[in-house]
Amino acid sequence: MDDRIEKRIELNAPVSRVWRALTDYREFGEWFRVKLEGPFVPGEVSRGRITYPGYEHVQWEAVVQKMEPERLFSFTWHPYAVDPATDYSKETPTLVEFRLEKTTAGTLLVLTESGFDKVPAARRLEAFRRNEGGWTEQMKNIEAYVARKP
Amino acid sequence: MSRGSRSASARRERARAPVFAALGDETRLALVAKLCAGRRSSIARLTAGTRLTRQAVTKHLRVLEGAGIVHGVRAGREKLFEFDPQPMAEIREYLDLVSAQWDQALARLKAFVEG
Repeated sequence: MDDRIEKRIELNAPVSRVWRALTDYREFGEWFRVKLEGPFVPGEVSRGRITYPGYEHVQWEAVVQKMEPERLFSFTWHPYAVDPATDYSKETPTLVEFRLEKTTAGTLLVLTESGFDKVPAARRLEAFRRNEGGWTEQMKNIEAYVARKP
Repeated sequence: MSRGSRSASARRERARAPVFAALGDETRLALVAKLCAGRRSSIARLTAGTRLTRQAVTKHLRVLEGAGIVHGVRAGREKLFEFDPQPMAEIREYLDLVSAQWDQALARLKAFVEG
C-alpha cells in the first residue's frame, strides 16, 4: 500500500515566480494560510500560526530541509496536527517536497508527502471526525474563493 | 490528564501503526493481493506457485495477522487465512483527508501565482 501522497499541478507562471511563492515566508503564508515568524532557513525550525478560518488555534511548526533554488523546497512536519490536546512532537514527522520543472506553459509543480508509515493514523482520524462539520464548510469557502479568482 | 486514558490511546496507536509496516514488503503485498480476492486460503495454497518456503509464508502471515490485516481461522486440521479490509480502509481514509488538504492548498497557490 502506498504510504505517500503525490500531486502534480501545472501553473501558468514562471518557475521563479512559483519559487518565490513557495519559499518567501510571507508569500507562503498568503496561500497556505499561516502567519510565519520568520524566513525559511534549511536546518531550522519554522514556526507560526495557522490563519485558516476555524483553525486559528493551530500552531504551524516545520523543519526546513532543502532549498535548492527553483528546483526543490522541502520540510518535515506533522500532518494534520490540529488537536491542541495532543503532543505531536514525539511522532515521526512526514517529509513534504515541492519540486519545480519548467514547462512551455510555465511550471510543473510536483508535491510529495511521504513517511506516513510512521504516523499513528487512527487518532488523526478521530481528530478529523471531531472537526468534520467545520471542514466541509471550509471546503465550500475555498471552492468559492478559487472560482472568484481563477 | 489521566495516565490510564493516555496509555489506552497509546495502545491503540501501536495497534494501527504496524499496518503500513506490514504492507511495506513486496511478499506480504502479494499475499494480501491473493487474499483480497475474497477466498480463505491455506498456507499450502498461498505458498504454491511462489519461490517462498512454507516457513517464510507463515512468518509473513504472522506479521499481517499482527496488524489485523488478515485473520487465521481454524478449519478442521488446517488453518485458513482471510483478508480484513478494515485497517487498510481506515488508513486510506486518513490519506484521503491529507490529500484533500493538499488539493485545496495547491488550488490557493495556483490562484496566488497566476493572479
